Amino acid sequence: MFPVTTLLISVGAITAVSTFLAILMVIADATIANYGEVKIKINDDKELTVDGGRPLLSTLMGEGIFIPSACGGRGSCGLCKVKVTSGAGQYLPTELPWISEEERAENIRLSCQVKVKNDLEIWIPEELFYVKEFKAKVARIRDLTHDIKEITLKLVEPPEIQYKAGQFIQLQIPEYELTEEPVYRAYSMSSCPCKRDTVELEIRYVPNGISTTYIHKYLKEGDDVIFNGPYGEFYLRNTERDIVFIAGGSGMAPIKSILLDMAEKGINRKAMYFFGARSKRDLFLVEEMHEIEKKLPNFRFIPALSAPLPEDNWEGETGLITDVVDKYLESGDNVEAYLCGSPGMIDACVKVLTANGVPEELIYYDKFG
Amino acid sequence: MNPSVYPVAIFFAAIFTNNILLTNYLGMCSFLSVSREIKTSLGLGAAVIFVMAVTSALNWIVYEYILIPLDLTYLRYIVFIIVIAAFVQIVEMIIERVSETLYAALGIFLPLITVNCAILGASLFMVIRQYNFLSSFMYGFGSGIGWSIAILAMAGIRQKLKNAKIPRGLEGAGITLIITGMMALAFIGFTGMIKIS
Ligand SMILES: Cc1cc2nc3c(=O)[nH]c(=O)nc-3n(C[C@H](O)[C@H](O)[C@H](O)COP(=O)(O)OP(=O)(O)OC[C@H]3O[C@@H](n4cnc5c(N)ncnc54)[C@H](O)[C@@H]3O)c2cc1C
Ligand code: FES
Repeated sequence: MFPVTTLLISVGAITAVSTFLAILMVIADATIANYGEVKIKINDDKELTVDGGRPLLSTLMGEGIFIPSACGGRGSCGLCKVKVTSGAGQYLPTELPWISEEERAENIRLSCQVKVKNDLEIWIPEELFYVKEFKAKVARIRDLTHDIKEITLKLVEPPEIQYKAGQFIQLQIPEYELTEEPVYRAYSMSSCPCKRDTVELEIRYVPNGISTTYIHKYLKEGDDVIFNGPYGEFYLRNTERDIVFIAGGSGMAPIKSILLDMAEKGINRKAMYFFGARSKRDLFLVEEMHEIEKKLPNFRFIPALSAPLPEDNWEGETGLITDVVDKYLESGDNVEAYLCGSPGMIDACVKVLTANGVPEELIYYDKFG
Repeated sequence: MNPSVYPVAIFFAAIFTNNILLTNYLGMCSFLSVSREIKTSLGLGAAVIFVMAVTSALNWIVYEYILIPLDLTYLRYIVFIIVIAAFVQIVEMIIERVSETLYAALGIFLPLITVNCAILGASLFMVIRQYNFLSSFMYGFGSGIGWSIAILAMAGIRQKLKNAKIPRGLEGAGITLIITGMMALAFIGFTGMIKIS
C-alpha cells in the first residue's frame, strides 16, 4: 500500500475511534454524570445553590467556605470533617479510617469524599464562614528567648484578616528534609486583631519537631508562607467577671493578643496574668506587659520563676505556677479563667482554680499538645 | 485438545498456571499499594475482574473488526488504552449514578485501575495468542480472578505481618515484593496441569 494512504488510514482510524469515544464520554458526562443544580442547606439557615457532581469540600471552597484540609482532598489527612445530616448517602471505604464510632452516630463525614449529588443538609461551626486561606510574607523574625521566636507575617492575599483575639491559625510547612508532604500546625496569633494586615506568632522550638525545626532553622525573612484560619474558641467572653490568665512558654501568644485587644478597646476589667517560666532566660515580653499595666489600671502581670538561677537576681514570685495562683487568688466565685500552655500545666491549673471556687465551665483553655 | 473445552481450559490456566500477576508480574503498582487490607483488596479485586473481562472482549471486537481489516494492528497499544480508559470512566459514572452500595464497594476503585498494566496486558496477550472471542473473554475473566486471588492472599499475609518484626529496610514494598516472589514460586507448582499456548 502507498505510504500516504497508510498514514491517512491510521490517523483516520485513531481519530475515528477517539472521536467516537470522546462523543460517548461527552454524552455520558452531560447525562449520567449531570446532577444539575443542587441545594446545600447550611446550619438550617443559609442555602447555597451549586452545580452538583463535585466533592463537597471543593464545592464549598468554590462558595468561599473553607473547611480545614491538609491533604488537598485525597482523603489522607482526615481534617475535612463536616456534619452532613441528609443527602450524603452511605460511608465510603475511604472515609472509614478517619471516622470514629461516635462521629458515625453524629453523621460526621469527610467532605472531600462526599460527592454533591442531591440536596444536602450540612452543619458547620459559624466561625468557619470567616476562615480563609492566606498568602503572606515573613516580615520579621526575632528571638524572644533562647528557644522562642517571634514571627511577623505581612498578609499578601487577601490583604486583611479578621479574627477574635486568642484564636489560632494553621500554618503550612512545605515539604523539606523532615516531611515528604506539606503539614499544618496550629499557632496562636499574638498580635492585636486591630492590626488587620499583620499576624504575629510566637513559636517555641521542639527538638526534632517537623514544623518548629523548619521555622527555627530554615524560615527566613522575605519567605512566602501559606496559612488558613482563624479557628478556635479561646477568646475573651463578654462578661463583668474578674479575669485570671495563666500561661507558660509560648502560651503567652494568645493571651498577649487578648491583652492588646483589651488595651485597644479600653476593657478595664480586673485581671491577673500569671506567667510561669523556669528561669529568667525563659521570661520574655516583660516590658510589653508592664506597658499594658499602665494602660489598664486594673490589670496585673505576675511572672513566676520555678527555678531561678543565682545570677538572675530574681525578686519576683518563685515556685510552681499553681502555688503562685493559689496564693493570689482570694475567691474564685467571680472569676473566669483563660489558660494556655502544655497539657500538664493546664490540668494542674484547672485543679487549683476549681479548688478555689472557679466554676469549671468558666475555665477556657488551649492545650498546645 | 477439544476446541469446545478450550475456553474453559484458558479460564483455569489464567487463574493458576498463567496467573498474570505471579507469572507475568503485571499490575504490581496497585497490588503493592492496595494489598494492606482484605476488605479493600476484595473491592479492588472485584473491579479488576469486571474490567478485565469486559475490556478483553471489547478490545477483541475492536481488534478483529477495525484494526485487522484496516491493517492497523500496530496501533493496538494506543487503541486498547483509549478503549480501556473510556470504558472505566463511563462505568464509574454509571455505578455512581445507579447504586450507592455498588459505588462504595467497587466504584471508588475504578479510577485506580484505568492505568493498571495487567488490564492492558490481558488485552495484548489475547492478541498475541490469537484467541477467539469467547476465549478472550474467558481469558480476561480468569486473569481478573487470578489477580484477585493473588492480592487477597497478599492482603491476608500482610495483615499478619503487622505484628511481625521486619528489618527496617524491608518494611512496606520490600517485604511485599519478596513475599510476592515466594508466592510466584508456589504457583510454579501448578505448571503442567493445564497447557495453553
Ligand atoms: C490550638 C493550638 C495552638 C497552638 N499555639 C502554639 C503557639 O502559639 N506557639 C507554639 O510554639 N506552639 C503552639 N501550638 C503547638 C504547635 O501546634 C505544634 O504542636 C508544635 O509547634 C510542635 O510542632 P512540630 O511539628 O515542631 O512537632 P511535631 O513534629 O509534631 O512533634 C512534636 C513532638 O512530638 C515528638 N514526636 C513526633 N512524632 C513522634 C512519634 N511518632 N513518636 C514519638 N514522638 C514523636 C517530637 O519529637 C516532638 O518532641 C499550638 C497547638 C494548638 C493545638
Ligand atoms: S481533605 Fe484530607 S481527608 Fe479530606
